[in-house]
Amino acid sequence: MNFIDAQLLSLILFVPAIAAVIILFFPDGENKLIRWFAFGASLIPFVLSLVAWFRFDANQPGFQFEESYVWYEAIGSSFHLGVDGLSLTMVLLTTLLTPLAILASFTITDRVKWYMMLFLFLETGMLGVFMALDLLIFFVFWEVGLVPMYFLINQWGSANRNYASLKFLIYTMGGSLGLLLAIQLLGVLFQTFDLVTLYERWNSIDPATPLLGMSVSTVKTVAFWAFAIAFAIKVPIWPFHTWLPDAHTEAPTAGSMLLAGVLLKLGAYGFLRLILPLYPDEARIFAGVLALLATAAIVFGAFASYAQTDFKRLVAYSSVNHMGFVVLGIAAAALAAGTNDANIALNGAILQMFNHGLSAAGMFFLVGVIYERTHTRDLEKFGGLFPLVPVYGGILIFTSMASLGLPGLNGFISEFLVVRGSWPILTVYTVISMLGLLFTGAYILKGIKKVLHGPLNEHWAHGEHRLTEINAREVLVMVPLMALILWIGIWPAWILDVINKAVVTLF
Amino acid sequence: MTTETLMWLIPLPPVLTFALIVLFTNRSKTLSHTLAVGAAFLSLLGSMIVFVSALGVEHLGEHPFESSVNWLPLGESVETYFKIGVLVDPTTAVVLFFVAITIFMIFLYSVGYHNFGQPEGDHDHKGLPPHGATVEEHGHKHAVPSVEPMYSRFFAFLGLFAFGMYVLVLSDNLLTFFVGWEIMGLCSYLLIGFWYAKPSARDAAVKAFMTTRIGDVFMLLGIAYLYYATGTLTFREIFTEEVLHTLATVPSGFLGFSAAGLIGLLLFIGTVGKSAQFPLHVWLPDAMEGPTPVSAMIHAATMVSAGVYAVVRMFPLISLDARTMTIVAFIGAFTAIFAATIAVAQNDIKRVLAYSTISQLGFMIAALGIGAYVAAVFHLITHAFFKALLFLGSGSVIHGMEHGVLHTGNHHVDPQDMFNMGGLRRKMPITFWTFLIGGFALAGFPLITAGFWSKDEIFADAFANGHWAVFITLALAAFMTAFYTMRQITLTFLGEPRTQEAEHAQETPWTMTTPLIILSIFAIAYGWVGIPEDFMGLPLQPNWLHEFVGGTLAEHPETIAFSWIPLLTSLVVALGGLYLGWMTYRSVSSPAEDRFQIPLLKNKYYFDEFYDRAFVKPAYWFAENVVYRFLDQGVIDGILHSFGPATDRLGSIIRNNFDLPVINRFFGDGSAEVTYRAGDKLRAVQTGRIQQYLMLALVVFIAIGAVLYFFLMA
Amino acid sequence: MNFPVLSVITFTPVVAAIIILLLPAQRKNEARAVALAAAAFALILSFWVYFHYDQAAAGYQFVETYRWLPALGISLKFGVDGISAPLVLLTGVVMFTGVLISWGDDHPHVMAGIQDRPREFFAFLFILAAGVFGVFVSLDLFMLFFFYEIAVFPMYLLIAIWGWVVTREYAAMKLTLYLFVGSVVSLVGVLAMYWVAGQNTGVYTFDMLEMEKAGFSQAFQNIWFLPVFLGFAVLGGIWPFHNWSPDGHVAAPTAVSMFHAGVLMKLGAFAALRVGIMLLPQGAQTWQWLIMLFAAVAVVYGAYIAFVQKDLKYMIGFSSVSHMGLVMLGFSTLNQTGLTGAGVQMFSHGVMTALFFAITGMIYDRSHTRQIPELGGMSKIMPFATIGFIIGGLVSMGMPGFSGFVAEFPIFMGVWGAQWLVAVIASISIVITAAYIMRNIRQVFFGEMPEKLEGHMTDVTVLDKVAITTLCLFMIVIGLFPSFMVPMVEKGVENILRLLGGA
Repeated sequence: MNFIDAQLLSLILFVPAIAAVIILFFPDGENKLIRWFAFGASLIPFVLSLVAWFRFDANQPGFQFEESYVWYEAIGSSFHLGVDGLSLTMVLLTTLLTPLAILASFTITDRVKWYMMLFLFLETGMLGVFMALDLLIFFVFWEVGLVPMYFLINQWGSANRNYASLKFLIYTMGGSLGLLLAIQLLGVLFQTFDLVTLYERWNSIDPATPLLGMSVSTVKTVAFWAFAIAFAIKVPIWPFHTWLPDAHTEAPTAGSMLLAGVLLKLGAYGFLRLILPLYPDEARIFAGVLALLATAAIVFGAFASYAQTDFKRLVAYSSVNHMGFVVLGIAAAALAAGTNDANIALNGAILQMFNHGLSAAGMFFLVGVIYERTHTRDLEKFGGLFPLVPVYGGILIFTSMASLGLPGLNGFISEFLVVRGSWPILTVYTVISMLGLLFTGAYILKGIKKVLHGPLNEHWAHGEHRLTEINAREVLVMVPLMALILWIGIWPAWILDVINKAVVTLF
Repeated sequence: MTTETLMWLIPLPPVLTFALIVLFTNRSKTLSHTLAVGAAFLSLLGSMIVFVSALGVEHLGEHPFESSVNWLPLGESVETYFKIGVLVDPTTAVVLFFVAITIFMIFLYSVGYHNFGQPEGDHDHKGLPPHGATVEEHGHKHAVPSVEPMYSRFFAFLGLFAFGMYVLVLSDNLLTFFVGWEIMGLCSYLLIGFWYAKPSARDAAVKAFMTTRIGDVFMLLGIAYLYYATGTLTFREIFTEEVLHTLATVPSGFLGFSAAGLIGLLLFIGTVGKSAQFPLHVWLPDAMEGPTPVSAMIHAATMVSAGVYAVVRMFPLISLDARTMTIVAFIGAFTAIFAATIAVAQNDIKRVLAYSTISQLGFMIAALGIGAYVAAVFHLITHAFFKALLFLGSGSVIHGMEHGVLHTGNHHVDPQDMFNMGGLRRKMPITFWTFLIGGFALAGFPLITAGFWSKDEIFADAFANGHWAVFITLALAAFMTAFYTMRQITLTFLGEPRTQEAEHAQETPWTMTTPLIILSIFAIAYGWVGIPEDFMGLPLQPNWLHEFVGGTLAEHPETIAFSWIPLLTSLVVALGGLYLGWMTYRSVSSPAEDRFQIPLLKNKYYFDEFYDRAFVKPAYWFAENVVYRFLDQGVIDGILHSFGPATDRLGSIIRNNFDLPVINRFFGDGSAEVTYRAGDKLRAVQTGRIQQYLMLALVVFIAIGAVLYFFLMA
Repeated sequence: MNFPVLSVITFTPVVAAIIILLLPAQRKNEARAVALAAAAFALILSFWVYFHYDQAAAGYQFVETYRWLPALGISLKFGVDGISAPLVLLTGVVMFTGVLISWGDDHPHVMAGIQDRPREFFAFLFILAAGVFGVFVSLDLFMLFFFYEIAVFPMYLLIAIWGWVVTREYAAMKLTLYLFVGSVVSLVGVLAMYWVAGQNTGVYTFDMLEMEKAGFSQAFQNIWFLPVFLGFAVLGGIWPFHNWSPDGHVAAPTAVSMFHAGVLMKLGAFAALRVGIMLLPQGAQTWQWLIMLFAAVAVVYGAYIAFVQKDLKYMIGFSSVSHMGLVMLGFSTLNQTGLTGAGVQMFSHGVMTALFFAITGMIYDRSHTRQIPELGGMSKIMPFATIGFIIGGLVSMGMPGFSGFVAEFPIFMGVWGAQWLVAVIASISIVITAAYIMRNIRQVFFGEMPEKLEGHMTDVTVLDKVAITTLCLFMIVIGLFPSFMVPMVEKGVENILRLLGGA
């Protein structure tokens, strides 16, 4: 127990990786065994992060469960982990979604061993970003997460996977190039990558002394954009979003679940963890641009989604639309840092990250469920399936409503908080973004209408094409998601309490 | 159990029913409807207890029942919470009263409407209305109505709907109010599209959801603004002297509206959507695609009433800004007359009622717009009763007609077209008499019907405060109302049956008729609670409703002195309209003979077509071609895709135009020939034997040694 | 330290070579066995050196001195510091794995590895190895030069005899010309230094530790730095003198490519560092900008060309140019992080590119083509090699968690310290590298397998797998635990910084 206390985070972080290495030594054929082992292994971090969640003392400011090990002394980087309310929420989300995603991919039969290994490595990669308190470690995990996802898309994806996976990898790497350079700049300037240290020193740097022959403000501005673009691509903010529909559409179901559920959050998390604290001034100056792009993401995302005929693409674009609200909240917070409105906006943004994680993962899974049965994602090919799959239909409507932001479910609360927070700060953008909110309804209803409602498409009604009802395992994947969606919708205090305290103390 | 606890509990039974039916009992029809009706009854019971105990309290307005809990941790310090809770003040009490009753009636009615106890249909499909079944009775087959295939699901949805309404009515703050508001939006979507396999129903559902959602997003903004401006959403905290004062004085920076004005306007737009006011009225008639109990639910008991209730609730805030009030009054009055004109030309029994609903809601909104708070509430309640009655009645009629249809087996006859009916008064007497009462209440038949008293109060108010435009518009609307109501009654019940089906129509079961009877009692009696005390100068009881409901507002609205003009007006329009209606339609037997079948009216002023061309299609076009194809796939991806080839091109240029020719030639091979010549010389060596190589090695060493030696000794 | 470990390491290959030559020609397997044994022995010893190097004490250790030609002040003086110790280890590793994969299997239509005259092949390979060891451990300038030449000349024969028929003469000749010209140029410089140092101090010696103290004048250093540095750097494949190396790779047999890219190019870089920068520090500071320019160009330039190559070996060859450019870039920063990074990069790149060439060779031996478009679907046939190649790819695109990142990151940081613009420009190569590596991995290992390869392919041998595993382990270990190598390199760098006057 003592050991667990001391190493809680590194345990959560490395258990998946270790499990993956163990799987390497499993015999190739043993798919069943490997699946269950992977699933079991991915439950451990979940349990541990629950432990962390309950031991976490929200009232105490700063980071908790901190650990620090020597890693790369030569350049002053140490393996420094720690969480606050913000990152803990994301850790919980990750460790929750991964087992579900693994459970969702029990139907994978091709190279199960490698598939599961990649998945577990992916989890480690994502968790690392959320836990890192060292800029270099942050970047390490930031990049590490890409590789498993690339291969998951490239190896287990559908028709157009090569294009999608390469676009995903190169785009993100290209984006993080600036991040890399900016991080190196910071390292050179301060001989350390420790975030907590950088928070003070980078901000207390004397604006008079020129850096690298340029004025401090210039350097900061450039560095700010280097960071911002890297994160903007990941979120993704319009117009950096086009990798997302492709990647999502081609990825295997569970891949999309994590991609939408967690990977997108990395970007937003970067804004919250690095940009706001490191570049408060620049963030304030450029908040307008950010807000503009966020609004564009909300509105255009909704429109683009509305235009889709491919079910999975439709859901993919909905992510652009929803993450737009996160960024809008962040922009508002950046503009009016410290004010009560800013805090509310941040609460909304962070909660929205969590909520979107739940609903988007759910939506992608449901798309996957029907795709596995019909082998098509073309909305025109469905129609009137409700009588055939009542349970599936019910779950789909429920999840869609969460994604639509129906009051009483989780999405509404976060979106309301964002709107409430940014109304006084970014009134015009907020008003415009309402157009996006309206069309959220349009595309969600379009999805339901095309899949469940309308005259039954006889093709799926009988014969070998007969559509089979969602099975127990699949329901099991959805149950935790739906429970949380409802729970947060009705009683958000338990999670918002942690977030709010983090926000109030952090920003 | 204290009243406060009870208030918390009232909404729960229906939502529990929803959960239970969905999760467990959806296989068993009996269990499901027992649960649902039972739940509705429990809520009714609770509401009545609350209502009664509310009556017992002095100055309930100042000291309402309320109770709240911390809900959302929020904002500046780690200790600030957003509270949610329940509130019952006089207005809530009376609203709760009619909501609970109508909801229960509708639940009960649905059992019969969906043919409980009838056999499964021969070829019924989930998502389609039942087509009837054939049964064998001593020897000969005959057709009987078949039970609804998704019977249990219907009650589940109804439960959720009721839950939404109760939450909305009991909320003490705008946020949970909005939650209930949206849940009803969802339920209207689910129930209008209950027969989802019918494309018409499916589209109507989407239309209803989207149209109301337009209003909702504005309302959301209003809530956000209000929250920002006051730091709270709890009604009682907003409606305090100083808060209201600041809201009224702070400018919003939008067209010179005060904060209160703009917030009021935004919230009102929400109402326009929910209560189907012009220009967002288009969804309501299509909502008729749903089963009739749903129409009753939406039009009388819950949804549209919620819209009006929202304005009633926020009245202290909205009434702060004169311009907002004018807008409200105008929208209301215009909708009233506008919808009435359309109703005149409709032949579908339910659609007539649909437009009459829009028109009546117009009355209430207009009343609120001119500050007639109590009158509006009064009409809201009476309307709920008689409109529920009318809808259930029409449902009963349709049901009866369907009997006829099943009997004749001619499924081409539309059982909802009034021109296929006639003479039903003898076939289904209970339905007839109750419908007659409802109709007269709607028309405002003097003295006996509830509708008369509530409408009369609106007239009186408008007249007394000199709102001539509103007064006249509403008077005209009222006249038309009476006219088309009589038209409906005449075409449906009077005269002789015009079709075989009408000939064989028959009365509906008790589960359907009982609610009709009960509601018709209220449609008459409820008017009496609001009789002006100095009516026609008679010494009467003080106007109870006025006293009670008026107590909700900070300053009690003054009672209007009696005046003959409004009274006479309402008498004239009501009786005149009814008489004219009867005169016109007693002899009409086919649409051809109907003088009011004006295309413009029949097609609802072509609003659907207009919206479709002006908004729906362009939106999709924009989404598909501009945003998706042009922006995403064209511009953005275009730029991205240019990188790959660019790198490729650059790479080949470097390699072929620089690396090979320049570097290779001048730094590299010296010149290719040299290399090759040397190569030729050495080719001999390679083919030779190992010793030669070693010799060569030796030579190399010696050479190097020699060079060194030379250097060093020199 | 009485056991002369360094000289044992150095001369093991020579002895082995002689033994092998004495074996009868037809006893192929015995020759291989001897080779393997010798390689293993050398590897173990180099490990021993690596782990017994006392980092606290730093400086040159395991020093041995034997009189050789006192008249000229030439002595056989060996010793390793923090920079050369990893390189000795690297040589051991590459030698060992090189022998492993040259074993191959003489399956009728596979003929992987070296089936033709393995005896001679290994003999020359070991002479080469001996030369390489010698350079890394020599503390005497003359000896360094001497071993340098020994290392260079067998390349000619190895390529010319066992190389790819199409271009072997051309490539061998080109390579030889380059390297001899290069070494002659630097030789002149070396002698000049010997001469002047003698005049300044009165003691004529090739002992570098002495020459460090010779106090060459600024003018002298400015004049002679370039010839000396560039002369050696040619072997390090510095732009614009890089062209021999891709051609050489393409022509060379697998094991030779491994040596060539894995070790020989390090030889150039190392010598340039040892002789150029450490003996002529002020000169280095004067010409820093030029070296940095060349290096930066090489980094981007190599990446771009690699991007368009259709031939797998050319692709790797130019990526080597790009990566060696990073080494030079690290040198050119002349600051601690940069040089440290360069030191690690030499090792990292050595292992990585050796792995690349090994696997390419395995594929070529079986498919008889290196044209990327003509390959495909290898992952089904040789999954193990696939994983190996992917790991190598991740290393070369500087993916965190692998040695490449650990090496490149400090280099870039160093460049930031010296000249930020260069860092920005050079960083472009990272993305380009990622692009072509991933694209080619997909094509070669996962694409559709062409019909004409169907059935001709066999999985790699056990020995191959051992080799791949060994190489991968190093890349991963260093990636996860930089402290495995970085502190040691740092010690060496401190010494350099001292010579640079703490600059």
